[in-house]
Amino acid sequence: MVAISTRAVMGMGAREIGREDVRRLLAGGAQLVEVLPTEEYEREHIAGAVGIPLARLAHEVDRLPRDRAIVVYCYDSQ
Amino acid sequence: MDWFANGGPREGREASRPCAGETARRDVPTCAATDRRGDVARRVRDAGWPLAVVLDGERVVLGLLDALDGDPAAAVEDVMRAAPTTIRPHVTLEKAAQSLKTRRHDRVLVTTSDGRLIGLLWRADAERRLAQSTAPAQTASR
Repeated sequence: MVAISTRAVMGMGAREIGREDVRRLLAGGAQLVEVLPTEEYEREHIAGAVGIPLARLAHEVDRLPRDRAIVVYCYDSQ
Repeated sequence: MDWFANGGPREGREASRPCAGETARRDVPTCAATDRRGDVARRVRDAGWPLAVVLDGERVVLGLLDALDGDPAAAVEDVMRAAPTTIRPHVTLEKAAQSLKTRRHDRVLVTTSDGRLIGLLWRADAERRLAQSTAPAQTASR
């Protein structure tokens, strides 16, 4: 799962990271966001992630916290 | 980032389905490629296992040693089965058991996506666990 597919929506500051980075960020209180369709999110997602489909992300970005890191992901790479 | 393939925590409708990683036996014996077969065979048999998984220094699977008999002085790397089949821990038990049955295998190694050993899944364990999870719940007698 990577952040690259949402760069265009999230704009500046997004970068691709690996799972160890994610673990470290989560330990520091980061917010996980899955941008797959709702059905996919409901089927399975990373524990603690919120689901905001990519098509709605630009409209719902205000829901996300501004005081901590945000990790956005889509499909698992395996 | 292959989160699920590395056993990361999951939530959702299907997250509670039993998967290979949680049923795999973590106590499968391991050895190094440079070990001697005789030493490994003695240790493996003492532990009640028929095989050992051959790992490198970072726990990446190199092979499987199931030919315990033979020249005890042989280096494991010369007598092991190289590159055994592996599956990821998030594979459902149902799928894993079906695959083992189709291939007529009784076991498969469970590893992370970068090849690090998690454990060994016996087909019998998978089928037993599935039978338990699909057994009808007992209702209270009236």
